[in-house]
Amino acid sequence: MGRVAKIARRTFLGLGVAAAGGLAVGYYMYKRPYSNPLEEDLPAEEAAFTPYIRIGKESGITIIAPRAEMGQGIHTTLAALVAEELDVGMDQIKVEHGLPGKAYYNQAMFNQVAAFPWFDDGLKATATREMMRVMSKFIAMQATGGSSSTIDGYEKMRRAGAAAREVLKAAAAKRWNVDVSKLETEAGKVIHPDGRTLEYTELATDAAKLEIPSSVELRSSLDWKILGKPQRRVDIRKMVTGAPIFGIDVQLPDMIYGTVRMSPRMGAKAVKFDDAPALAIKGVRKVVQIDTAVGSGFGIIADNTWAAFQGAKALEVEWGEAPYPADDAGIETLYRDALARAPDWIRDEAGDVDKAFADAEPATVVEAEYEVPFLAHATMEPMSATAQFRDGKLTIWTGTQMPGVDAQVAAKFLGIETEDVTVHVTRLGGSFGRRAGDPALYAAALAPAAEGRPVKVTWSREEDMQHGFYRPRALAKLRAIVQPGKSPETIDVSIAAPSVMAGLFGRFAPETPLPAEDEQTLEGMAGQPNVWANSRFAAHNMKTAIQVGLLRSVGGSYNGFFHEGFMDELAEKAGLDPIDMRISMMSAAEHRPARLVMEKLRDVSNWGRALPPGHGKGVGFTLSYGSWVGEVVEVAVTDGDIRIVKVWCVADPGHVLDPAIYSDQMMSGIIFGLSTAMGQAITFEDGRVQQENFYDFDAIRMAQCPEIEVHLLENSPRIGGAGECGVPPSIPALANAIHAVTGKRLRKTPFNLAVSFA
Amino acid sequence: MVQLTINGVARDIDVDPETPLLWVLREQAGLTGTKFGCGIAQCGACTVHIDGVATRSCAMPVSAIDAAQEIVTIEGLSPEGSHPVQQAWLALDVPQCGYCQAGMIMAATALLNTTPNPTDDDINAEITNICRCGTYNRVRAAIKLAAANSSAAQKG
Repeated sequence: MGRVAKIARRTFLGLGVAAAGGLAVGYYMYKRPYSNPLEEDLPAEEAAFTPYIRIGKESGITIIAPRAEMGQGIHTTLAALVAEELDVGMDQIKVEHGLPGKAYYNQAMFNQVAAFPWFDDGLKATATREMMRVMSKFIAMQATGGSSSTIDGYEKMRRAGAAAREVLKAAAAKRWNVDVSKLETEAGKVIHPDGRTLEYTELATDAAKLEIPSSVELRSSLDWKILGKPQRRVDIRKMVTGAPIFGIDVQLPDMIYGTVRMSPRMGAKAVKFDDAPALAIKGVRKVVQIDTAVGSGFGIIADNTWAAFQGAKALEVEWGEAPYPADDAGIETLYRDALARAPDWIRDEAGDVDKAFADAEPATVVEAEYEVPFLAHATMEPMSATAQFRDGKLTIWTGTQMPGVDAQVAAKFLGIETEDVTVHVTRLGGSFGRRAGDPALYAAALAPAAEGRPVKVTWSREEDMQHGFYRPRALAKLRAIVQPGKSPETIDVSIAAPSVMAGLFGRFAPETPLPAEDEQTLEGMAGQPNVWANSRFAAHNMKTAIQVGLLRSVGGSYNGFFHEGFMDELAEKAGLDPIDMRISMMSAAEHRPARLVMEKLRDVSNWGRALPPGHGKGVGFTLSYGSWVGEVVEVAVTDGDIRIVKVWCVADPGHVLDPAIYSDQMMSGIIFGLSTAMGQAITFEDGRVQQENFYDFDAIRMAQCPEIEVHLLENSPRIGGAGECGVPPSIPALANAIHAVTGKRLRKTPFNLAVSFA
Repeated sequence: MVQLTINGVARDIDVDPETPLLWVLREQAGLTGTKFGCGIAQCGACTVHIDGVATRSCAMPVSAIDAAQEIVTIEGLSPEGSHPVQQAWLALDVPQCGYCQAGMIMAATALLNTTPNPTDDDINAEITNICRCGTYNRVRAAIKLAAANSSAAQKG
């Protein structure tokens, strides 16, 4: 048993009798592996090595990358992790998502519900993370999210490659009758000391008969040949030739088409309806009433998608009242009320905040209120899923971040066993936390009416925009004490927001044992690498029937803005340079990666150098999802219109597995974040989302896209995430840059409410 | 019955003539490379060429298209992705999720047909497609690379 496992067991025993009793049994179960999903339908000529590798004489080497590919390059990087240890070139392999299985559960994602800063390596933090790891195995959720895929796969995928390599070597040693230690491997071959070679594909059948080694040595990162270097993206050729790789592209024999029209008031149902006008549309076959825990409304089945869309429009429905205030002003009172109540949980409490404010000179107290609206994901591919229900079994084809959840909710709806649902996961046309659950559920709800034929259910853009799992609106009150010329030492923050985890799991998996305190509410606010003498970060939880969910960087998408916008105000009040002030507060030993990020950022962005008239720079830093990211934004103002000129980004994820893909994720996160900051908001009137399409929920386009320069560091002791981490600092960096040049302090997104963009 | 010429092949398609070209391409012609994004010509994911002009197919009823007009989709742009624009996309690893990229490539190709060496302003004005992954800077670089490669090839 390795060192990590021993420490883990000891720390469990320290957690109390009840926990220890449960875990003594639990630990044995934890060590037992789930069955290998590849063994079930393996073609005769292929052999499976671990759940991640298939090798066949004809079919070659296939790597299973069981995470959703939505543009973050995860299939490429997970395959590279296997290929590095297996000793095969990236051009010698095929990469597939594979069929879902419990073996592919995501350990790392659950670490994020642990209430400890990323840099806390204390006993309690380590033990809690380890317990989450064990818990994740029992929940066995195959999920992609929380920038956790590379963290989760970092060792797992390399171990799979190494184990397969060793067993292939053992097969070659038997065939050649030589000692296995004399053999080398390279480019998909085992090499004999005399120079003879055997292809893995020739050895696979023999190797499959041997025992897979249970422990393998992983290579030092200094010896990596593939990892740490840019790799061409898997499926790039398919992407530039228009190959059918997305869920919406699925074509099956005898397929018919559908769409949905769900209640625009979340949680409400149809009071009255007339489907005759819909059925009168040429090509419309059926209108089906859908009533689920997620939404109620109608499905339209037709000969083609266009007819289904026309049918959905023609359907006459009177919807019930929304179980939440009908408009933005009413919704705001929910937030004000939540802030007026005592906090539900507090993080990073230090010193005596109340006494510090009681003793403070009024002139030294800075107070501010920050706010963000609901946001839609607005993925380029609207929600879609195809389902076929035949002989009591359901098959789903869809791009999803949670195939296990899709199978569960669909099975529950149809009253069948989860085992009778097969989910084929396609490439995702963007997701950002959106794709899971309802597309598959609604397709499953329509499937019986399709009478055994597959039905492809595509949502219109309007339906997609108005039935999201929105990034929650959030409201924060912040106050701090600032002495002239000194870094602040006292901060007090209260945030009102609904729990996204309760939203997500409450809809789809209410039995999931979630902690009552959702760490995501304070993600990007608490646990930041700053030293405060007196601090308190308080979450004011609130419930609303408005569907909220995970949007790229989740809590970080608003807390990054709140925290770093406010820090800029504090630096201004203190009369300090905002980068110098931050570095001076990143003063604990374990904050070192943060200091190095900010120092590098100061250098590469030419911070402090004189700018042309009308130009200004702003900075933001957020540690989120295990990566330390600082960004500087430069804006230029011409005739009152603001243009974002350039963004500098310095990121430290500990280990960079692919510098090109990692940098792309930073750029992508920055444009995503800046898009939310400049002009995006989901607002309510009459209980309905007002926005419909890209004309009223737009994003940065080519003409507005700034130059972006990314620098990567590797000082952090543990590997961190990518997909989310570029988002949080971009929003305050823009606000702070606009302040630097206009003097206008922006405390509410979208900024186009207060300023105008070119 | 509607007559259309798609990727050089004349087809008779049995469809309501008010159906947008996008859906006819995807469902009746089985060419799913052209993508549905917004349905109102806002995002550009559905961009195809009609007689060489970049056209948003989601808002173009097939009744408005003449049988003689040449419709080209991403599938018909080149055999095996050999078009200089696709080659530039491959060389610079442009796509992330890839969903908008067929539309981007079709828009870029149409731009280069009329403006072989586009300036940044030309690119800003003509490439108005949305990419939620934010690949714009690579798209811009790939358009310039394709332009450079094409002009080098012409100079021989």
